[in-house]
Amino acid sequence: MGFLDIRQATKSYGALKVLHETDISIEEGEFLVLVGPSGCGKSTLLNMIAGLEEVTTGDISIKGRSMTGVRPADRNIAMVFQSYALYPTMNVGQNIAFGLEMHGVPKPEREKAVAEAAELLQIGHLLDRKPGQLSGGQRQRVAMGRALVRDPDVFLFDEPLSNLDAKLRVDMRTEIKKLHQKLRTTIVYVTHDQIEALTLSTRIAVMYGGHVQQLGTPSEIYDHPANMFVAGFMGSPSMNLFPASVAQENGKAVAKVELADRSTVALPFPDHAEMARHAGREIVLGIRPEAITDPDGSDRNSASIHHFDANVEVTEPAGSDTFVVTHMGGKEVTGRFRANVDVRAGRTFKFAVNMDKAVAFDPKSEERISA
Amino acid sequence: MAGSSASQQVVRTGAGARFVIYTILILFCLYYLVPLYVMVVNSLKPLGEITSGGMMSLPREWTLAPWHSAWSTAQVGVEATGLRPFFLNSILMVVPAVALSTFFGALNGYVLTKWRFRGDTLVFGLLLFACFIPFQMVLIPMARMLGLMHAAGTVPGLIFVHLVYGIGFSTLYFRNYYQQFPTELVRAAMIDGAGFFTIFRRIMLPASGPIAVVCIIWQFTNIWNDFLFGASFSDFDSQPMTVALNNLVQSSTGVKEYNVHFAGAILAALPTLFVYIVAGRFFVRGLMAGSVKG
Repeated sequence: MGFLDIRQATKSYGALKVLHETDISIEEGEFLVLVGPSGCGKSTLLNMIAGLEEVTTGDISIKGRSMTGVRPADRNIAMVFQSYALYPTMNVGQNIAFGLEMHGVPKPEREKAVAEAAELLQIGHLLDRKPGQLSGGQRQRVAMGRALVRDPDVFLFDEPLSNLDAKLRVDMRTEIKKLHQKLRTTIVYVTHDQIEALTLSTRIAVMYGGHVQQLGTPSEIYDHPANMFVAGFMGSPSMNLFPASVAQENGKAVAKVELADRSTVALPFPDHAEMARHAGREIVLGIRPEAITDPDGSDRNSASIHHFDANVEVTEPAGSDTFVVTHMGGKEVTGRFRANVDVRAGRTFKFAVNMDKAVAFDPKSEERISA
Repeated sequence: MAGSSASQQVVRTGAGARFVIYTILILFCLYYLVPLYVMVVNSLKPLGEITSGGMMSLPREWTLAPWHSAWSTAQVGVEATGLRPFFLNSILMVVPAVALSTFFGALNGYVLTKWRFRGDTLVFGLLLFACFIPFQMVLIPMARMLGLMHAAGTVPGLIFVHLVYGIGFSTLYFRNYYQQFPTELVRAAMIDGAGFFTIFRRIMLPASGPIAVVCIIWQFTNIWNDFLFGASFSDFDSQPMTVALNNLVQSSTGVKEYNVHFAGAILAALPTLFVYIVAGRFFVRGLMAGSVKG
């Protein structure tokens, strides 16, 4: 049994079921990120943990204590909201101390706790200001201070960085990660930004349509996506997904893929014994852009690099890399080339595919084919 | 014609158009200020100067006697008490009525936006309906109610009438204002451990300044200026200022003391004027805040 247990929890509004049976068990000190597109049920799940929304069926427990019927205030949790939700008429110090005051902590202790939290977040000089006088980043820190000062069992973050500009967002992301490493607190964090999910979390729950699509560590999610949704949602640029067929060639299982000029390439699977069972079957092949490179830029440690020639349709220089677009299996496919490679649109160029990183999906169920 | 061409020109040229606009504005100012001028100057001259036909002229002999008379010695009804006791009645009525209707309006607005329940829109609709019921329709039922409550003909009875009538408006104001108040703040306060009334007192009320000013001005003006309820539900010793002013004007025997009447009318209007001057600059701001988004 975990520190925070979600068991068969569902949420319905009348006949509309927004969260289907969900089981997640979180250990103490874990950083769990709930990630998914708008309306996937991630914020609903977070609000259920907070006690702001009731659990329709199932149960949520913290430290082995069922939270059914327990008020948000009595769950020993703290929450950071997307809008920061700072009380506009109180100054920063009063904002941070409000939760302690409500829980009957005496004034001297409150002041000490506020000073400590302010020190940790470097907002000591702002304590007398009103929220309206602060910048976005400062408000964000105050909101975190308000959560920290309570010393809760679980921190809940509801898209805390989405109101910040891009540069500040990256800085605050690092800061949240540092804070977690320092304090070792249990965090549940909701975001729609898959990069935030991958960088911050110890585990990720990818959600879509009210279902948890996959629960796992960032590398499990990234390298072994459970289905085509997870594969397409996580990673930027997203994973290339294109149709292919499995065949046997020279005793090896290969994926046959049609290129733009109607020619076919055969890409051997590294785990051919497993894939051989699927010979003759239509599949969707998933290969991340960084596994489709120029020949010299390919992973030297991989034994499954395969080369083929294809027409380059578009090049998108991105500074550190150049993204190269071609067609495979009738779909646009993006590869990541080194920036200094002289690759031009309209020419044929040699591509290298790292088949170690390829995953195969069933086109109908969209689930990964066990490999 | 002149107005429309002036408003088109003002962007480009200026001088000529501005002359037209200022002329019109000054004319309007005069139009609105002349009645006030007439009241003030005539309240400061002896009766003889008015009856001899000098309505618009400045007093030849300045005197505060009409004011003194209107305030403390003039005949109101049967007794020569002046308006003073009735002014006090009005204050005793208007202060609690405004305070209570504003408070309950805020509480209703808070519940209707942040603690929503099944059928809350229906409740709000019924409260809105209260805003549009004509005064005359409630006279007889209200008289019956006050009788049952043993509050007929008393100041508390009048407070009750104005409170009931005022809650519809004050709820409308606060509900629209709180509609835009971020619900995340309420949720944050819930997680921080604040209860229903603590959230109301510590989070909502301190942020309600602008709309409270609007509500107070509106309620104060309406309740202070009300004549119908005052005339219907008060006895002689609980009459508000407006009813007493009417009695002052009606009950003069023999000569009509116009200068005293003017002074009395200004006295009756002073409190609302005072409230506008003190709180007026918040009025438009608050009105906008409450009405931009419904």
